[in-house]
Amino acid sequence: MPDPSTEYSFDPAAEVAEREVGEPPGLGPWRLAARRLRRNRVALGFLALFFLIVALCLAAPLYADHVAGIGPSDNNLTGKVERGGEQRDVVTPDGTPIGPGFGKEYLLGADANGRDVAVRLLYGGRNSLFVGFMSALITTLIATALGLIAGYFRGKTDLATRTLFDILWSFPVLLFAIALGTALAVGGLDLGPIHIAGNSIWIPTLVIGFVLIPYLGRPIRGQVLSLREKEFVQAAEASGMGPWRIIFGELLPNLSSTIIVFTTLIVANNIILEAGLSFLGAGIQPPAPSWGNLIANGVDRLVTAPHLAIVPGLAIVLTVLSLNVFGDGLRDALDPRAKLRLRA
Amino acid sequence: MARFAVRRLANMIFVLFAISVITFLIFNVIPSGDPALRIAGRQSNEVTRAQVREDFGFNDPVYVQYLRMMEQTISGDLISYSNRVNVREELVRGIPATASLVIGAAVIWLFFGVLFGVLSALYAGRAPDRLLTVLAMVGISLPVFWVGALLLYYLTFKVTLFPAGGYVPLTEDPASWFSHLILPWFALSLVFIGFYSRLLRSNMLDVMNEDYVRTARAKGLSERRVLVRHVMRNALIPIATLFGLDFALAFGSGAILTESVFGLQGVGQYVADSVGNLDLPPIMGTTLYAAFFVVFFSAIVDIVYARLDPRVRLNP
Repeated sequence: MPDPSTEYSFDPAAEVAEREVGEPPGLGPWRLAARRLRRNRVALGFLALFFLIVALCLAAPLYADHVAGIGPSDNNLTGKVERGGEQRDVVTPDGTPIGPGFGKEYLLGADANGRDVAVRLLYGGRNSLFVGFMSALITTLIATALGLIAGYFRGKTDLATRTLFDILWSFPVLLFAIALGTALAVGGLDLGPIHIAGNSIWIPTLVIGFVLIPYLGRPIRGQVLSLREKEFVQAAEASGMGPWRIIFGELLPNLSSTIIVFTTLIVANNIILEAGLSFLGAGIQPPAPSWGNLIANGVDRLVTAPHLAIVPGLAIVLTVLSLNVFGDGLRDALDPRAKLRLRA
Repeated sequence: MARFAVRRLANMIFVLFAISVITFLIFNVIPSGDPALRIAGRQSNEVTRAQVREDFGFNDPVYVQYLRMMEQTISGDLISYSNRVNVREELVRGIPATASLVIGAAVIWLFFGVLFGVLSALYAGRAPDRLLTVLAMVGISLPVFWVGALLLYYLTFKVTLFPAGGYVPLTEDPASWFSHLILPWFALSLVFIGFYSRLLRSNMLDVMNEDYVRTARAKGLSERRVLVRHVMRNALIPIATLFGLDFALAFGSGAILTESVFGLQGVGQYVADSVGNLDLPPIMGTTLYAAFFVVFFSAIVDIVYARLDPRVRLNP
């Protein structure tokens, strides 16, 4: 609202505009997207599956306490479990763990130490999902900020950011993640006043979060470069908005569909990446379970106890699949023509 | 073109330089990285370790140490700290296995990725498309090492169809080379087939809506010719650039998980082993080797891209 005391206070055009403010005819882009998404039953079904998996993993302590009656790190080498009316060894004297079967205890079988696979699976899911989410968040925040700044300011800022992206991009992702993961897993990391212990879950999280920055940063920068030439940015500049206000108030909302879709897909990507790192011993450190190190553990015993590798692998596949299908539907709904891709 | 080449070359050298510095610094500042301990062994006493530090120049300023390591890297005299083996020789020893794995898998993933992508686009919305979409979504959701482990379990242990891992040089026994690589090829290419077919499908659907495709039909070209000369030609451009980068990544060391599951003694396996030991010289050597492939292929991809799509100008 212009100040009524100035001589410009009477502006017929502004009056007209004010009268017409309100819902414009038709639906806004978000409503349209929501409607398209609601019609996509498959995507919604997989979203529900994903929420179910998350809820189950969050309920891991409840399951451990009230159903299985055993903690994620509790060994049980000498115990017995009832299967089909008879008592069986959890781990036979020759070291073979019991497989999956119906019953409250050892629903998905035991591992070589007599630990309950179902309990470890749920606890491992918490860790894997945590790494997947937090690393995706780190990537998204940093990459979006860098892409926006580089694309808006151009010139030297852009050159510096692009070079940073080039360097991160050319680092062999897995190799670097493994090298950092292993290096930090032994000694931990000191970031000023913050000390991160060597077995902290934050180490794989930070490593994965950092190496993927250019995968989002580059497309964001490209989009900002072209958005920057649009009239609404000129209008914002002409109305006296500062660069930061333009970046966060005008440009960022235009990138939201890219960011939302990318973040969904990158969570899926990072869950697989974390599993790969853990498989090579550079991710989440045992005894803390994660889907990756559960598989690594199981691969060594494939012949005697295949369920040890199959069960956590299926958990990964279901989770990642649900995110991928939902992400795909989300992309179709938000921006049918968006071209986004990532890989690690 | 010449200007592009010069600037791009300068950029490549700078990126590789930055990567070497970062790698060097990271492994110098991490607390567990004392190379003297690694060389002298865990049971060594402080006197031996001090001697080792003196002999190897670990007491020199960091930049002197860095320059020495770079000199060794470039001249190929880089020696591992932990087992005193020449890094370049080890890398070169791993290349045949990695090359066999990656080139074979690349042929497979390109062939099936394109085939499935085209079929999906041609039958968009109908049964074949739906089936292929499901397969592709599952394919991109599979962790490669898990698939590899299951393949090994079911197809080599339960049913002895294939040999259980390992690598046989092509020159030694071509048939055995082939049978040892079938499962690794399959496992590695699955994810890529999924990605490529999805990408090609959406590209083709975009291109099919372009005006020039309608023009091509309107002027009476056969459907086949429209598809091959107009649709495919344009829809395949992004695939070509993507392929360059994926291939470079996999060749550099990206196939590390596949190599490790199937016990192919390739570059990736070497990387995994040396990285696990926190042995700086091999880490430096393999990181630069892998980064070189990415930087080099990125430049190639840009050139190819400009060639394939005349609208694109080379812009370093």
